[in-house]
Amino acid sequence: MSQRIEKCFAALRAKKRTALIPFVTAGDPLPSATVAVMHALVEAGADAIELGVPFSDPMADGPVIQHASERALAKGIGTEQVLQWVCDFRQRDTRTPVVLMGYLNPIEIFGLEKFAREASKAGVDGVLIVDCPIEEDASLKPLRNAGLQCILLAAPTTSDPRLQQIATAAEGYLYYVSFAGITGAARLRVDEVETRVQALKKLCETPVAVGFGIRDAAGAHRVGAFADAVVIGSALVSHLEGSASADEACRRAREFLAPIRAVL
Amino acid sequence: MKQIDYHAFPDEHGRFGDYGGVFVAETLIAPLQELTAAYVRLRNDPVFTAEFEHDLKHYVGRPSPIYHAQRLSQHVGGAQILLKREDLNHTGAHKINNTVGQALVARAMGKRRIIAETGAGQHGVATATVCARFGMRCVVYMGEVDIERQKINVYRMKLLGAEVVPVTSGSKTLKDALNEALRDWVTNVHDTFYIIGTVAGPHPYPMMVRDFNAVVGREARAQMLEEYGRLPDVITACVGGGSNAIGLFHAFLNDQNVRMVGAEAAGEGLASGHHAASLAAGRPGVLHGNRTYVLCDDNGQITETHSVSAGLDYPGVGPEHAFLKDSGRAEYVGVTDDEALKAFHLLAKTEGILAALESSHAVAQAIKVARGLPKDKLILCNLSGRGDKDVHTIAARESIEL
Repeated sequence: MSQRIEKCFAALRAKKRTALIPFVTAGDPLPSATVAVMHALVEAGADAIELGVPFSDPMADGPVIQHASERALAKGIGTEQVLQWVCDFRQRDTRTPVVLMGYLNPIEIFGLEKFAREASKAGVDGVLIVDCPIEEDASLKPLRNAGLQCILLAAPTTSDPRLQQIATAAEGYLYYVSFAGITGAARLRVDEVETRVQALKKLCETPVAVGFGIRDAAGAHRVGAFADAVVIGSALVSHLEGSASADEACRRAREFLAPIRAVL
Repeated sequence: MKQIDYHAFPDEHGRFGDYGGVFVAETLIAPLQELTAAYVRLRNDPVFTAEFEHDLKHYVGRPSPIYHAQRLSQHVGGAQILLKREDLNHTGAHKINNTVGQALVARAMGKRRIIAETGAGQHGVATATVCARFGMRCVVYMGEVDIERQKINVYRMKLLGAEVVPVTSGSKTLKDALNEALRDWVTNVHDTFYIIGTVAGPHPYPMMVRDFNAVVGREARAQMLEEYGRLPDVITACVGGGSNAIGLFHAFLNDQNVRMVGAEAAGEGLASGHHAASLAAGRPGVLHGNRTYVLCDDNGQITETHSVSAGLDYPGVGPEHAFLKDSGRAEYVGVTDDEALKAFHLLAKTEGILAALESSHAVAQAIKVARGLPKDKLILCNLSGRGDKDVHTIAARESIEL
C-alpha cells in the first residue's frame, strides 16, 4: 500500500490545514492536457487529485461532468489511457495522492483484478466507485487486495446506523456528499453539512472530505472550517472547458485553484 | 440435479443468483430501503392487494382473454398459437398493470410527485394515466430523439396532464431518460416517487415491477387449465427491459415442462452490431443500479442500440432474465426488424389484430417455434400491446405517405 493518502492528511493535520482536492475528468478539456493539468493543480496547492474516469451513463453527475465525460469519450478515452496518465504523472510526482472516481461497469469490463493490478502499478492510491455502495462491497475485494483504498460515500439521506457502518469500513478518507442531488448543483446548506460532518468525524477514524456544490473560495472557506478536506469538481471542470491548449488549461487550473488554496 | 425454486428469487439483497442488487450512489440507498420496506409490507396487506385487484378489474379491464389465433396457426401449419391479449388493456399494453400498482404504493407512502422515464412513450402514457386518476403530479423524462419519433405519445401524455421533459444527454434515448429520472429522484427524494417502467433498476424495482405484471402469467396459467385442460408447451414474449416477458413467465417458472422463449430485438441482425439483444449478444455488467447483461464496448461504455421498436431499444435487461438465461430455464433469441414486421402484417391479415412492434417480435418467434412442432402442441404468446402507436413508423419504413 502506498500510504500517500495517510501521509498527506497527517502532514496537513500537523499544519492544521484543510486538504484541497480538485476533481478533473480525465481527457477533458483536452487529452493532451490531463497530466499537465494535474501537475498545475498540485503547483496551485492541490493536496490530492480526484481523476474522473469517463463513463457513458454517469447517473450521479450533473450536466457539467456529464458533458466532460461525453467529450472525453468522443476522443476515445478509456480506462487504459487513464491509468497511463497516472503513470505519467508519477514520473514527476510521487507524493500527491491520486484517486480515480468513476462507475463500476468500465472497471468490471476492464477486469477487476487486472484493473487493481495495473492501477496499483500506475501509482493510483484510491478508487471511488460512485455506484458501488457497501452492500455491493464484495465487488471491490480485488482492489483492496492490490492495496488500493476504496473511498466510500456518505450522504444526507444516510441513516445513523448505516453511517456507523460506513465510518467503520472507510479507508483513505470518507467522502461526505453535501446535499441530496447531483454533482455541481447549487444547493449547499453549510450549517446542515456542518452538523452532519461533526457527527461523522466522531464516528470515523479517517478524515472526512466534503464535496458536491462547493464552487469557489467562499464556499470552500466555510466548509473548510469544519471538514478535513474540500472537494471541488464541477466548477473547476467548467472553468477548464473550452481551453484551446494544454498550456491554457494549466493556466486556468492555477487561476481557479489559487484563490481557494489561499483561504484553506 | 436439485430443482431450483424459481419463485424464491430475489433474495433479501435483491439478487437473482449473480444478478440484480443495488448499484446506486449512496444518496439513493435510504429511499430504496424505504421503498423496499413499504412494498414488502403492502404486498402482504390484504387491503392493498384487494385495491390493486379491484383496479385491475375495473380500471385496466382484466382479465385479458387468451385468444386462439386459428387462421394464423393454420397459415403457419404447425403448433397452435394462442395470444394473451394484453393489448386489450386500458392504454393498450401490459404497462398499466405496473403503473397502477406503483401508484398505489406511492399513495400509501404519501408521495405526491411522480417521475418516470419512457422510451417509446408507452410507460410514460401509462404513468400519466394513473397520475391523472390519482391526482398526482407527473413528470416524464424522455430522450430528445424519442420525443421526435413518438410525437403522438408525447401529446397523449400532455393531454393527461403530465410534464414531458426532453433529455439531451448521451444518446438522447431511453437509457439517458433513465439516468435523468434517477438524477431527479436523487435531488427530490423527500417528496418524489419514481415509477420505473421495466424490471430493471436497483432492488426492489425488478421484484416489484415483476410482481405487478405477474398477473399476466397467473391469469394465463389458470385460463389454460380451464379452457384447454393443460398448460402450454411453449410460451413466448418479447424482451426489451423484460417486464411483459417476466410477467408471463413468472407463474410458469416452476412448471419444468413449459418451455420459455424470450424474443429480443436483433434489429438489422446480431452480426450487424445494430441491435438491442443484451442477452443474446451482450455480457454481464452493471447498468442502472443492477448487475445484468448489458451491451457495451471493450471499455465498458454502454453502446447505442437499434430496434425498429422503440420499446425494445434498451442496452440492458432485467436481472431476473439474466439469471433465467444462465440457469438455462429460459432461452433468449434475436428477432430482426424485418421478421417482426413480417409477423405484424401476417397477424393483421389473418386475425385482424394490429400488434405493437414490440409484441410483433414475440409473434414472429411464436411462428418460428410453431413451424417446428406438430399441430397438437400449444404455444402461448404474450401480445403485450396494440400497434396503433406504430402505424406511422411502419408506413415510413415502407415508404408510404399518410
